Amino acid sequence: MAKEEKPKIKMAVYWGAACGGCCVSVLDVHEKLFDVVAAADLVFWPIALDIKYKDVEAMPDGDIDLTLYNGAVRNSENERLAKLLRQKSKILVAYGSCAHMGGIPGLANFSTREELFERIYDTTESTENPDNIRPQPEYKVPEGVLELPEFYNDVRTLNQVVDVDYYLPGCPPQTERLVEVFMAIVTGAELPSKGSVVGALDKSQCDECPREKSDKKLVKRFYRPFEIEDDGKTCFLEQGVICLGPATRGGCGVRCIEGNAPCRGCYGPPPDVPDPGAKMMSAIATMIDENDPEAIEKVIDTIDDPAGTFYRFSLPGSILRRKIT
Amino acid sequence: MSYEPTIVAFLCNWCSYTGADLAGTSRMKYASNVRIIRVMCSGRVDPTFVLSAFKEGADGVLICGCHPGDCHYHEGNYKCLRRYHLLQKYFQQMGLDKDRLRLEWISASEGRQFAELVDSYTETVKNLGPCKMKQVIETLT
Ligand code: SF4
Ligand code: SF4
Ligand code: FES
Repeated sequence: MAKEEKPKIKMAVYWGAACGGCCVSVLDVHEKLFDVVAAADLVFWPIALDIKYKDVEAMPDGDIDLTLYNGAVRNSENERLAKLLRQKSKILVAYGSCAHMGGIPGLANFSTREELFERIYDTTESTENPDNIRPQPEYKVPEGVLELPEFYNDVRTLNQVVDVDYYLPGCPPQTERLVEVFMAIVTGAELPSKGSVVGALDKSQCDECPREKSDKKLVKRFYRPFEIEDDGKTCFLEQGVICLGPATRGGCGVRCIEGNAPCRGCYGPPPDVPDPGAKMMSAIATMIDENDPEAIEKVIDTIDDPAGTFYRFSLPGSILRRKIT
Repeated sequence: MSYEPTIVAFLCNWCSYTGADLAGTSRMKYASNVRIIRVMCSGRVDPTFVLSAFKEGADGVLICGCHPGDCHYHEGNYKCLRRYHLLQKYFQQMGLDKDRLRLEWISASEGRQFAELVDSYTETVKNLGPCKMKQVIETLT
């Protein structure tokens, strides 16, 4: 009897520069977890299991069938583990917005490492650091040398560091989508071509969105969500509230819009859109109901932080990738 | 200093490209720094084109279209104008000088104006110095 059972697949989950939400989204499979553990052995998962890096190093190359890497690459430890897990895994999935496009940690690409350190270790209202101590990659103590990962100047996406097989977008990805992808892998279903985005649609959020839209999206000013009373049914953009729907891939179940909040773009751009911010700038340009340069400037001035808004989840994965100094 | 800027120029087919052509057939001299790309309308210039130009090493991008009211497709140049202002705001947040992008209207008969524009914009970009974007992108760690 036991002989007829399918061999379990080996699976790993790792977090790079992440908030932990992606790992929790894996736990959110709830009772489906029994299906997962029936089909897979979790061989490495720092949030849940005490398996050390050296245990992973000892595995033969390609031994892990499936690795979900969540989080961006922002320090030397993230990079080392990305390379190690690539070597040890047959399928490496960039799981979640941060691994996919850089995510919220990727917004640090608007600053340099020095600017970040200055804020964190010097100027925040709660910092007390009279000796101006900064993290050092190495520190000598009587017992030996202590090491900390090196903090990089730039945040990178997973595919800017290693070869990636699939992308499963979202902040975090919808757990149902993960289960579908996981089941496809364990049942040996035919997998999409390498480099595909899985667990999401080819259509945009707008195609899925239940809000009423007309052809004439024209506005004289933009509003931040708190500055206007949402009528609950008209397209956010038509009400002058920035919604990243046109530049974002569907698949989340329009979950923010269902909660009466505009889309922030966590699923990344649809196919054939290389840069979500460029797409948003195009969409917004068609909406501004002015033709005079000064009047146009005035409308644009009502968009608070356009770069941070249009690239909220995607700065490192965008064409320009970071601010230059 | 031997720095010669590389400027990518997107010219609309109906007015500005014809204007540039006129400058050529009239044997006017202008700075050889521009690399001209013909597009059907200035409204065809997707912001992606502009960003890609900088990623590939451009020091400046020039967009030329028909004068307001003259666009062959009616509204394309207005759309371009709005994108231009958005892009400039984005540029400033990315540490790029907003003069690295320039939009001007050139009609089919304005060969002289085109030649002068190229010369003066080349001077502007020269004064800004080389754009670091490409090098920064290639050396991210
Ligand atoms: S812009 Fe936003 S609110 Fe409007 S249709 Fe698209 S997803 Fe829906
Ligand atoms: S609506 Fe937009 S921001 Fe919200 S979960 Fe979906 S893709 Fe992400
Ligand atoms: S055709 Fe010249 S700007 Fe539209």
